[in-house]
Amino acid sequence: MQLIECPWCGPREEVEFSYGGQAHVPYPADPAALGDEEWAHYVFFRDNTAGVWAERWMHATACRRWFNALRDTRTHAFLTTYRPGDPVPSPDPHPTPTPEGAANG
Amino acid sequence: MAERVEGRGRLDRSRELRFTFDGREFTGHPGDTLASALLAAGELTVARSSARGRPRGVLAAGAEEPNALVQVEHPFPDPMQLATTLELFDGLVARGLAGRGRLADVPDPARYDTRHAHADVVVVGAGPAGLVAALTAARAGARVVLVDENPEPGGSLLGADDVLDGRPALDWVAAARAELAGHEDVLQLQRTTAVGSYDDGLVLALEKRTDHLGAAAPRTLARQRVWRIRARHVVTATGAYERPVVFPDDDRPGILLASAARTYLHRYGVLAGRDVVVFTCDDAAYAAALDLAAAGAAVRVLDARPAAPAAWASRCTAAGVPVRAAAVVTAALGDDRVRGVRVADFAGGVVGTGGEVACDLLLVSGGWNPAVQLFSQSGGSLRYDGDLGSFVPGAPLRTVHVAGAARGELTLAQALRDGERSAVDVLTALGRPAPASSLPDAAPAPERSPGLLLWRVPVEGDGRDEFVDLQRDATVADVRRAVGAGLRSVEHVKRYTTIGTAHDQGRTSGVITSGLVAELLGRSVAEMGVTKHRPPTVPVAFAALAGRNRGDLYDPVRRTAVHAWHEAHGAVFEDVGTWKRPRYYPRRSADGSVEEMDAAVLRECAAVRTGVGIMDGSTLGGISVRGPDAGVLLDLLYTGVMSSLRVGSVRYGVMCGVDGTVLDDGTVLRLDEEEFLVSTTTGGAAKVLDWMEEWLQTEWPHLRVHLTSVTDQWAVFPVVGPLSRAVVGAFAPDVDVSAEAFGFMTWRATEVGDVPVLLSRVSFSGELAFEVMVDSRWAAAVWERLVAIGEPHRITPYGTETMHVLRAEKGYPIIGQDTDGTVTPQDLGLGWAVSRKKADFVGKRSFARPANLDPSRRQLVGLLPLDPDLRLPEGSQLVAAAELPPPPVPMLGFVTSSYRSAALGRTFALALVAGGRDRLGEEVFAVVDGRTVAARITSSVLLDPEGARRDG
Ligand SMILES: [Zn+2]
Repeated sequence: MQLIECPWCGPREEVEFSYGGQAHVPYPADPAALGDEEWAHYVFFRDNTAGVWAERWMHATACRRWFNALRDTRTHAFLTTYRPGDPVPSPDPHPTPTPEGAANG
Repeated sequence: MAERVEGRGRLDRSRELRFTFDGREFTGHPGDTLASALLAAGELTVARSSARGRPRGVLAAGAEEPNALVQVEHPFPDPMQLATTLELFDGLVARGLAGRGRLADVPDPARYDTRHAHADVVVVGAGPAGLVAALTAARAGARVVLVDENPEPGGSLLGADDVLDGRPALDWVAAARAELAGHEDVLQLQRTTAVGSYDDGLVLALEKRTDHLGAAAPRTLARQRVWRIRARHVVTATGAYERPVVFPDDDRPGILLASAARTYLHRYGVLAGRDVVVFTCDDAAYAAALDLAAAGAAVRVLDARPAAPAAWASRCTAAGVPVRAAAVVTAALGDDRVRGVRVADFAGGVVGTGGEVACDLLLVSGGWNPAVQLFSQSGGSLRYDGDLGSFVPGAPLRTVHVAGAARGELTLAQALRDGERSAVDVLTALGRPAPASSLPDAAPAPERSPGLLLWRVPVEGDGRDEFVDLQRDATVADVRRAVGAGLRSVEHVKRYTTIGTAHDQGRTSGVITSGLVAELLGRSVAEMGVTKHRPPTVPVAFAALAGRNRGDLYDPVRRTAVHAWHEAHGAVFEDVGTWKRPRYYPRRSADGSVEEMDAAVLRECAAVRTGVGIMDGSTLGGISVRGPDAGVLLDLLYTGVMSSLRVGSVRYGVMCGVDGTVLDDGTVLRLDEEEFLVSTTTGGAAKVLDWMEEWLQTEWPHLRVHLTSVTDQWAVFPVVGPLSRAVVGAFAPDVDVSAEAFGFMTWRATEVGDVPVLLSRVSFSGELAFEVMVDSRWAAAVWERLVAIGEPHRITPYGTETMHVLRAEKGYPIIGQDTDGTVTPQDLGLGWAVSRKKADFVGKRSFARPANLDPSRRQLVGLLPLDPDLRLPEGSQLVAAAELPPPPVPMLGFVTSSYRSAALGRTFALALVAGGRDRLGEEVFAVVDGRTVAARITSSVLLDPEGARRDG
């Protein structure tokens, strides 16, 4: 059970959060302008990264706010969390992802 | 023969405890384990082996014990306890197990609970290394939790006679314990085993609080407690387990680990045998040999190494203990218990000739396995230490530290120093200055000479009686067979042979297996590695994991404000999510007979269609959508237009996912310019709020809207049927309830007495209906008033079953029952609720995908079985012909809802059928109990298709 750093509340137990899949997949500005294939990519297709990727979380049993996180899918370690609308932080200087997943914030 | 030794052991000999084992009565003392008390009574055999039924005794003195599983029968049935860790209590009744226990068939009366603790550092193990680590951290002012599996601290010191600062080491332990108790921020937990080490410093520990008290355990205390300890740093000072050596018949009762025999002597005052052979590859067994000799046993040592360690050998000579180097045990003798050993010369890895030696106790020492379970669980990698012949922690982790024998620092002086070192590492990481070093002085011990790596004595033979994992009855022959079958990984060998899969998780057998596989493959043990450690480290009862969350506390129960009335009027309840909803209200006759559900539902349905009924719809989800942009948000999330809704009006809405499938539906009331009240299905309330929040926060944060759950704040009572106007008109005399003044899909606010009430004309049955909405705090009074006013009209309370039938007769789908994740509004015949004018809304683009336009999609239709008494089972598959063709049989769809209808005078169903709306009038066949039955496809609207009943 990891600690997840809610950008509003601070580090909290993983059970307080719900998962929201890949981050930075915006709703298309004009869906009607998209072809069937492009639309299907928005609806159904997501990356499957082995390594650092951006994903969404929601602090479901507390402040109920959505936020984004950079996480290393190989170790589960959270590298950082940030608020929606904030730019994607650079994962560099890259904190060495510890196998126990202890990179808080 | 084993016996009790006067003057030794940490027992209270002034008290006698009586217990029963395998039907026979014994006595022991406080401080005993079941194993020590049985040994003291000369009972070597504790259990039978699981597969081969061979007699087995205790091998060890702690949690690494592979053999001595027992079933506790009294005071409460408890399967799979270890005799070596089960503290003796008066009145214990237990028996030996052949591998498998028996669960209790009566409810467990004990309490279990959970507690949380937060710390700078959690130290696991209160042996010398752990105590020093805890003291050092505590002296620096750190918050410390120290957990230890034993009833008292000391660890390995409890089973030896070490000296610290010139005094018995246990004096130092007592002082350490007292000092720790004086630190405000130190929590010491005994009888507490760390069972798992997880991410970010989470350690799960199981505290056995009253198990050792037996029937005398106070009911007010939780029997066991799960500790969830969140610490910045974890120090595992869990010691090391001695491992045996494999040889023929190495499983006989009376064969113990050397350190275990020493522990039985010092901690429990039990001399495990009088005629002792010690077979060792390592120095530590010499201490056991000397201690047992000093206690009066005749002891001889066989050392597999070419030369015995000089210092130990001279001590043995002085004590009259013969030492023979370059010798091994090639077999244990005796069938029911060890009665002797076959001994042979051993040089250059070759077993020579030898003879037999009689004994009643054989002690074995093959070296030490550091207890790296918690470090490995934490994601730490292990490194093979060739000198130790075992695996030690590899690259350090940032927050999980290992100290003492768990890192291979085996001597007392090393362990003390390493404990301090680990605490200084933690304090440095925490940015706290370390206190001045003050380690006790350990008496000088003989220099350790290298051990010999001997996994098994290399005798000829099929290996069938050379046991590796005693609990699993797995032998050298099994390991050979696994390797012969082509398995090359120790993980695969583990699964093939089951070695290491028992309660002890291979503490004594795992490394030996890696060594054996390496030998068979001609590879190094380092290459083979060892199997991954997984939590829990010891068996944990489900009751402990459940804690207080059982019975009534297993899951929250939600009751509406009118629950007591429903109960008083005999409602039968059903669970809808966590809600309790009245399902139907059976009538009770004067003779005491109770109406069946089918009869009650037909009666309730008829009452609604011909008179008036009332139901408690308070469980429907309610969400307040408020703010200047509330209408904009709703337009984006519902398929229909909500922003154009006038204050005072109601609109039905459907909500879809981006894939265009239906998520939920309900009504939307516009309360004022900036507030809408959205209703959801009972089960969808939380999901819909989440869904709306997600879009609002992540896609359209510029919209000025607040979302609030008001499910519990509003009570909702549909008053339904042709006579509902009379009832509601009398209930709310200030409101003109005529069809002209109070139109369908509008609402009115009024006051009844002083209670604000909202009336809305919506209908989920096709009948004239009014929903009465009121703040929950007035709900019970309003309900009772409606029932009282309705009494002259014979108002009938009805439940969810009747609601389902009434809505199905009108073809109104229930999202989640008549839909799955593939159904669109168009499939349900709800195309009228999908706006063509709006530029976009969630799901709209998917409606134009070719798959969504396919005319053969499954569509919601009605089904009338040709046999009007036959109710099709919900979920029945539909096929085209009465005779099933050979498989694969093409499926047309399936039944989603099925009822008996009072209004139709027959059974009917709703179904999703491929191209269903083009098949009206066609016959299909449902597969029921392996036979086909015919049904005719109809419109999903089976009653009043013109909607004539809606306005009364
Ligand atoms: Zn939060």
